[in-house]
Amino acid sequence: MAPAPPDPRPLLTMSAITKSFPGVRALDGVDLDVAAGEVHCLLGQNGAGKSTLIKVVAGAHQPDSGEIRWRGEPVTLKSPIAAMRLGIATIYQELDLVEGLSVAENVFLGHEMATGGFVRSRAARTATAALLARLGHPEIDPGRLVGDLSAAGQQIVSMARALSHDVRLIVMDEPSAALDPDEVDNLFRIVGDLTAAGVSVVYISHRLEEIRRIGDRVTVLKDGRAAARGLPARTTPTREIVALMTGRDVEYAFPRRSTAPSVASATPVLRLENLGRAGEFEPIDLEVAPGEIVGLAGLVGSGRSEILETVYGARRPTSGRVLVDGRPLRPGSVTAAVRAGLGLAPEERKAQALLMLESVTRNVSVSSLTRFSRAGWVDRGAERAAARRCVRDLSLHPDDPERPVRTLSGGNQQKAVLARWLLRGCRVLLLDEPTRGVDVGARAELYAVIRRLADDGMAVLLVSSELPEVLGLADRVLVLREGRVVHTAPARELDEHRVLDLVMEGSPS
Amino acid sequence: MNSPGSRPASPPPADPAPVPGAGATLTAGPVGKPPAGRTDTDPLSRLRRLADLRNLSLVGVLAVLIAVGGFTKPDEFLSTDNLQLVLTQASVIGVVTVGVTFVITSGGIDLSVGAIVALASVWATTVATQDYGLGGILLCAVLVGLGCGLVNGVLIAYGGMVPFIATLAMLASARGLALHISDGKTQVVTVNQVLDLGLPDAYVLGIPPLVMIFAAVTVVGWLVFNRTTFGRRTVAIGGNAEAARLAGIDVRRQRLLLYLLSGLCCGVAAFMLVVLTGSGQNTNGNLYELDAIAAAIIGGTLLSGGRGTITGSVLGVLVFTTITNLFALNNLQSDVQQIAKGAIIVAAVLVQKGRSTP
Repeated sequence: MAPAPPDPRPLLTMSAITKSFPGVRALDGVDLDVAAGEVHCLLGQNGAGKSTLIKVVAGAHQPDSGEIRWRGEPVTLKSPIAAMRLGIATIYQELDLVEGLSVAENVFLGHEMATGGFVRSRAARTATAALLARLGHPEIDPGRLVGDLSAAGQQIVSMARALSHDVRLIVMDEPSAALDPDEVDNLFRIVGDLTAAGVSVVYISHRLEEIRRIGDRVTVLKDGRAAARGLPARTTPTREIVALMTGRDVEYAFPRRSTAPSVASATPVLRLENLGRAGEFEPIDLEVAPGEIVGLAGLVGSGRSEILETVYGARRPTSGRVLVDGRPLRPGSVTAAVRAGLGLAPEERKAQALLMLESVTRNVSVSSLTRFSRAGWVDRGAERAAARRCVRDLSLHPDDPERPVRTLSGGNQQKAVLARWLLRGCRVLLLDEPTRGVDVGARAELYAVIRRLADDGMAVLLVSSELPEVLGLADRVLVLREGRVVHTAPARELDEHRVLDLVMEGSPS
Repeated sequence: MNSPGSRPASPPPADPAPVPGAGATLTAGPVGKPPAGRTDTDPLSRLRRLADLRNLSLVGVLAVLIAVGGFTKPDEFLSTDNLQLVLTQASVIGVVTVGVTFVITSGGIDLSVGAIVALASVWATTVATQDYGLGGILLCAVLVGLGCGLVNGVLIAYGGMVPFIATLAMLASARGLALHISDGKTQVVTVNQVLDLGLPDAYVLGIPPLVMIFAAVTVVGWLVFNRTTFGRRTVAIGGNAEAARLAGIDVRRQRLLLYLLSGLCCGVAAFMLVVLTGSGQNTNGNLYELDAIAAAIIGGTLLSGGRGTITGSVLGVLVFTTITNLFALNNLQSDVQQIAKGAIIVAAVLVQKGRSTP
């Protein structure tokens, strides 16, 4: 599919890179080649493996296998310093600047201009001023504290730091995320200057229109693999790129939808009335009945996760309310939401859901402790028995609830989270990217579990970046664009193309 | 099992075999299910639990210390008097350490324990309080401890202050208030009931009442830590506060209760110190915060939270107290003692680090 790169000897060639973390395979044989002087764009959903890949390039992660060639020669990037020595600089999204140091001190951090251990501050300031001028920001004072600069200013400092090395490749992780349009124009001008000087740029962004403007070629990552390599950035149709990011290589057997007539007519258990959060999503009305799976489809930044978290009380709404069984929830209170029967399987499983030091049992029982306790006293036998039942019920593997949860695979960790809510007797399940970090092969099993929970009477609200997942699993789909519901329809009346059109309507194609 | 909550699902009761109807959608179940009768008596998980007894190495250290004492000063070290002394000395700091262990496990820190002990001991021994006798002194000490814990807890849980700073501020103010109330003077206790508790006549089967209080606090602390929802929530918020919050735990309320608990332990310890010294003074409890934190850490509690052990903390206290006693018996200066303490802290943390690294 991809045309061969025109340059016979690319600057950087990575082949069959793999990298696993406990429970998940982040990179599963990724290839990437970057030619000298090009802007190579890296696209992919959250969790597709972009961050891991650039950390490998930066020398911050060591790949488990695969080969890296730099100007044709095989190399190992065993530390960030090794990568820097070759001429690779990385500007991370979370800027890695020391706020309490001055601009010049940050630029030369780690390679200070010094004589006999004494920092030559004046020389560093002069050199920094020259770099800043080259970046089009002579107004930034090299002596200022970085913490006093705006996000855009800090970005410039990061860039100056990259240029203070003899750099041949700059990796930029979503550099435009914190910038306003004027600043983005300046960023693009800098990128243009750099590539004109023969420096290569690996550019990561969610915004397709940016890639159109400055990109030469595009590599799309999906599930830790390169779904497409070296596509021409300006001419590949948007639909094709988005389909590559959101599509599936494999056809999944989605569980059959419930045919029970009761579903449609059942009294809704969850109701959102005019629920909105200014700046994140516009007021939304929604009813979800027991046994129903409602999916929210949309691109990153469309407000999907924000809606879930507001329903759950983790964010406070600026308008409207959430009702469970007709009773309004106290706004902005997770405790109240859980008490009313809501459960959330959050997007960042490890950071937001799991107690990584603890056993599966304790992770499952944590929301239902009062069920197994009298006067605060935990009946551990009952706790273990109940957790074991839920673990069996969801076919969690391995079948030993006393194992530490961190030793489980991503799919089974997710089942542990679902088991928590199953045990709690939760009636409304909120799923945010339920198959994120779950190996492709294990997903069908999760789909079956989710559908069965619905069949047993749970109301499910599902968010996923994977269109086939939303369309295959949900009964009803809400399509979101920029915080607004643009379409609602039964899932069987929609297909991927239709949803893609709705999602991208009005954006350049 | 008759649990009060009801589940919407109607899973097959008792029957572990997959039910054809419900299991039909779950075709991709795990292969080779182990036999259903597997419980935690199976050797593997038992072994794991045993390995979790990281306290074993501390028991070893304690045994070595006792052996050293037995060899160098056989008559004095192993005498009943000396053992009673060591245990009594361990009691006051031990009670404080139990409270601190909870706080550290939750991911917090309490630097104010020594100062709270000082304030509570001073307040409880003012002339006005002593008029109310033993009960008045005990109640006053406990209330002062709870009050300070309440202030800490509210500032941290609801005021969003960093525990280090909030309790550092409490350290300064509580000591200041103690100085103000006592005017720097030692307040001698005149209530005989209180003084009698420290006399050998009050020993039951040779066990001093203070040691019994320590034992009771340890047992209750262990039970609360390991067997109650309070203990579980403490570990959960220390391990991952965000996950605990999203799991429906009221993290702020739990934090408040934790600092209250620490304050309560300080109040009890202050009362014990009053009994032990027959007085209250503003210099009491000096550096207790460091001793308590050190004991908890060498016992195996993670300073970053999420893992803790009451047994380990108590063993840590005993190790430190025994060292102090050994050095005193052998006429070694306290400077050597301090250095030995430091070395033990470093060694214990290194041993744990080696173990916990996956």
